[in-house]
Amino acid sequence: MTHFQGTLLIAAGVILLLVAVSAFGAWLKLAAVDGHPHPLIDNLNQRIQAWWVMTFTIVLALLAGRIGVVVLFAFVSFTALREFLTIAPTRRGDHQALVMAFFVVLPFQYFLIGVDWYDMYSVFIPAYAFLFLPILSAIKSDTRNFMERTGTIQWALMITVFCISHVPALLSLRIPGYDDRNVFLIVFLVLIVQSGDILHHVCSRYCGRRQIAPQVSPNKTVEGFIGGIAAAVALGMLLSWMTPFTVGEAALVSLAATLMGFFGGLVLSAMKRDRGVKDWGTTVEGGSGMLDRVASVCFAAPVYFHIIRHWWSV
Amino acid sequence: MQQAGTPGGNYYKTRHRMPERMLHTTEFLRRPVPETVSWALTRFTRLITGAQARWLGCAPVPVQRIYFGNHNSHADFALIWASLPVALRRMTRPVAGADYWEAGALKRYIIHEVLRGVVIARSREEGGAEPVDIMAAAVRAGDSLIIFPEGTRNTTDELLLPMKSGVYHLAQQCPQVDLVPVWMDNLGRLLPKGEIVPVPLLCSISFGAPLRLQPGEDKEAFLARIRAALLATRAAAQPEET
Repeated sequence: MTHFQGTLLIAAGVILLLVAVSAFGAWLKLAAVDGHPHPLIDNLNQRIQAWWVMTFTIVLALLAGRIGVVVLFAFVSFTALREFLTIAPTRRGDHQALVMAFFVVLPFQYFLIGVDWYDMYSVFIPAYAFLFLPILSAIKSDTRNFMERTGTIQWALMITVFCISHVPALLSLRIPGYDDRNVFLIVFLVLIVQSGDILHHVCSRYCGRRQIAPQVSPNKTVEGFIGGIAAAVALGMLLSWMTPFTVGEAALVSLAATLMGFFGGLVLSAMKRDRGVKDWGTTVEGGSGMLDRVASVCFAAPVYFHIIRHWWSV
Repeated sequence: MQQAGTPGGNYYKTRHRMPERMLHTTEFLRRPVPETVSWALTRFTRLITGAQARWLGCAPVPVQRIYFGNHNSHADFALIWASLPVALRRMTRPVAGADYWEAGALKRYIIHEVLRGVVIARSREEGGAEPVDIMAAAVRAGDSLIIFPEGTRNTTDELLLPMKSGVYHLAQQCPQVDLVPVWMDNLGRLLPKGEIVPVPLLCSISFGAPLRLQPGEDKEAFLARIRAALLATRAAAQPEET
């Protein structure tokens, strides 16, 4: 199958799927709750709305090629970093560290991804930003909550810049017999993780009984967890033709990605609870933040990247 | 929280859209350079703060008002200015300290030509008229004002500094004008005092319920109400607990 045929097939499939879930969401809203506000169903419809936007943006970026994908995810990182630091407990003394984070660390990380300098982009934030940003804060000589502040800035960069940048980094992996089709690795990851998310949501809604961490998120249940993972693994096996994996390998990779995605959502919910907010922001259509939508991808991307890099790439 | 008797948001949208556009065009043709700078400043401020104005206690209608806000950053100034719909912005003048804004040609240009600010001497030793008289004169001329009753930027961990008495004397001279509290969140982090480069953290700006000086109200009681109005606006803007 050529690149072009594959792209068409995926685009057609995703759009059909979106039409189907949009119809399902509209049906739920009308039939189940008679058009009245309902937190779970409204949340579902917001997610569906966000996916339409997400799908068209990703398709546009893919058409623009490698640069398009890198710029798209740099923008995603910027928005997510902004949302994260907005509710972070930083003080005046951290101002220069924040300026560096937004205007130097983030663009440089994506520059490194763009020029495919793996040795540098895999250590730039974990080692160099980690060491230099606290220096900028310490020089200002404000020690109140210093440990919490520096920890939070580093955490923000790790999750919103370092982790997300592993999605466009997939384009640079060299996999024998899989030339020029790396973009499908991104499509596969996003599809698997996002469908895990939504199936989790639907299963929790209809047969959710046992909550996993009620203090963190009342919407995460054991039933949703099992349903979401089963669905994502099944979808992964169905889509294995677009990847370098066999059907069995696709199942394992999907399992790893969707597990990480699930726990990513859990960890970021815990952070929101700690800061007393419901959503990360209002950037995405429907009132929630960018980080609410990409939390699962943040956690899944580095693990997915390294699995492929270790076992498939040369 | 719609105030009884004030026209609501829909009134504003339907009745003022066309005149606003025409006003914009004619003003632009009359003063192209300051209008362009003003447009760019407004866009830039909205982009970098990500803030959407929330009119919680009053509607964005072009009536004369005195907007008073909490003061954490130079960006406060720009954000209130940028958050006002253009018809309101045209009739609104920020009150600015001469010591900062009169220093340098660029600042002078921006404060006089772009923002059309009311520039006052912060301390009496600088001579000239009483600051409150200059502000009251602008109000009598029909302009709305933007003031910061704390008098200076708050760099402490407190929510508000003690209110200066200027707002009381201004209210005494203009008892017929509504004072509208404006609460801004996060701007002190976006551009702290002494910094040049802003970080693009998300900010919020909320307009609360207007108040006026009551007959016979003394200074302490009025300043306490000013402070309470700011804090009430802050409370109203907090996201609901879930």
